[in-house]
Amino acid sequence: MSTFVFIDHIDGAITKTAGELLTIARRAGEVTAVLVGTPGDGTKAAAAINSFGANKIIAIEDSAINDHPSALVAQGLADLLLEKGATTLLIPSTARGKEIAARVAVRTNSGIITDAVDVTADSIATQSIFGGSAVVHSKVSKGIAIITVRPNSVEPESKPSTCDVEVVSPKLTPTKVLISNREPAKRGGRPELTEASIVVSGGRGTNGDFAPVEALADLLGAAVGASRAATDAGWYPHSHQVGQTGKTVSPSLYIACGISGAIQHRAGMQTSKVIVAINKDPEAPIFEVTDFGVVGDLFAVLPQATSAIAARKG
Amino acid sequence: MKIAVCVKQVPDSWAEKKLNASTKLIDRESVDAVLNDLDEYAVESALQIVEANGGAEAGHTVTLISMGPERATEALRKGLSMGADDAVLVSDVALAGSDALATSLILAKVIQRINPDLILCGTESTDARMSVIPSMLSERLELPQLSFAGEVNVSADQVSIKRVTDEGVDSMNSPMPVIVSVIEKINEPRYPSFKGIMAAKKKKIEVLSLVDLGVSAAEVGGAGAWSLVNDFNEQAARSAGVKVTDEGAGGTALSEFLAEKRLA
Repeated sequence: MSTFVFIDHIDGAITKTAGELLTIARRAGEVTAVLVGTPGDGTKAAAAINSFGANKIIAIEDSAINDHPSALVAQGLADLLLEKGATTLLIPSTARGKEIAARVAVRTNSGIITDAVDVTADSIATQSIFGGSAVVHSKVSKGIAIITVRPNSVEPESKPSTCDVEVVSPKLTPTKVLISNREPAKRGGRPELTEASIVVSGGRGTNGDFAPVEALADLLGAAVGASRAATDAGWYPHSHQVGQTGKTVSPSLYIACGISGAIQHRAGMQTSKVIVAINKDPEAPIFEVTDFGVVGDLFAVLPQATSAIAARKG
Repeated sequence: MKIAVCVKQVPDSWAEKKLNASTKLIDRESVDAVLNDLDEYAVESALQIVEANGGAEAGHTVTLISMGPERATEALRKGLSMGADDAVLVSDVALAGSDALATSLILAKVIQRINPDLILCGTESTDARMSVIPSMLSERLELPQLSFAGEVNVSADQVSIKRVTDEGVDSMNSPMPVIVSVIEKINEPRYPSFKGIMAAKKKKIEVLSLVDLGVSAAEVGGAGAWSLVNDFNEQAARSAGVKVTDEGAGGTALSEFLAEKRLA
């Protein structure tokens, strides 16, 4: 077994998911952490990677890497995996992670499993599908086992290690895609939706006013989600949509505000550990899956809950 | 300009889905099959690009490409009734159980055969939800890829998009031929008109087999799969918990529940 973890990072700062993937990968024994970035990113990330027990850190560095969304990363990564004889690659199940994984699968003629919520020491992946109504165990049967793992699947466990970073700078062939302008998203200090431990979501019942949803989210350090009805109406950006045709989240706590809970929405949040809902309609299907439901107006219930929590927190 | 749109027939995303116990694949018989919601945005984009560039009169065409059982022609008819010109369906018993690597191999063969200038896809299918086909096509065909487009414009031989992701909005462009995947909300897919539905009945759906594409049965389907399901089990449905009616203290009750669970 030779397990590799693709380290997700922004300019050398590793994401929470990177620690989760290293934690899973350690079950199989030796772990090689691979980071792809611009020169210097490997050194910047080394200490954080070493807090999760990596046995080897390899940084593929190229000054043009960020000018090409996934293609260049996949080139460098695929060649490295073949050269080092990797048997398993874990990669975060984000939009970009899946693009890279798909490309590496073709380049190395390997099988791919996406959206795993767990991976055993012998690379059997667990997937939770159809909104958590079935659990599937799958295995790659050809090439390297390329497995994308959902954020929040395990609790990251630290384990100190002391490896140096091996920097490689392969010659990568640029694609014909040019980026002419970048407008980075304004995060507003909120965590990323799929990584967040708490998600507060708003739906049709908000009537376009997300202020009470955001107020509770900020108090709890939560991400803000939205139902398809809310994003269709243009009340909240599409990138926040939770559901069958949006993001799948499985936080410790999911609070659905003014969301009826059609299957379209439940498919994206049903595996959350604790589900709370506020809805005016006592017959709303969301109440079939909630641990705690309040039948009422979110504009009355949310501010009251927010101030009660704030008061307790002092 | 020749535009190809990759589409898939999927179980209705509003229906409960199940796996088949013996094949370990999605049970496609027990639910309504529809054109993948997210592919409708790609079909609509293709039609709008044609309209913005002089229409069919200017020699622009839209061809739908799909792989699936014979019944997938129903989903193709939907796209044709929206306004696509013709369709190619790869259908072969040996394709049953194909994974994404096999699917991308087949779609790439069809794309090579019809040689389009622009290939449009949705971001993912609502059944498997892997979101890997556009990137796999880019690798297999060695063509550039523009993904997660929230806006697409075509001028001369260049395609420019606004890529909309969590990381932000990037303006990007590429010469054609290029593979573009579009996000939900890029447009409002049109409903087929009565005239469109009638016209679609006469449009050509070319059905190809593996032999036509020069692909051997061993490379695809369950036999050639790059990954396999070991086993699966159905999970008990979540059961409903406490439900209180707000009579003035609903918010307080909610905060107490969260405190008790140590969640807030």
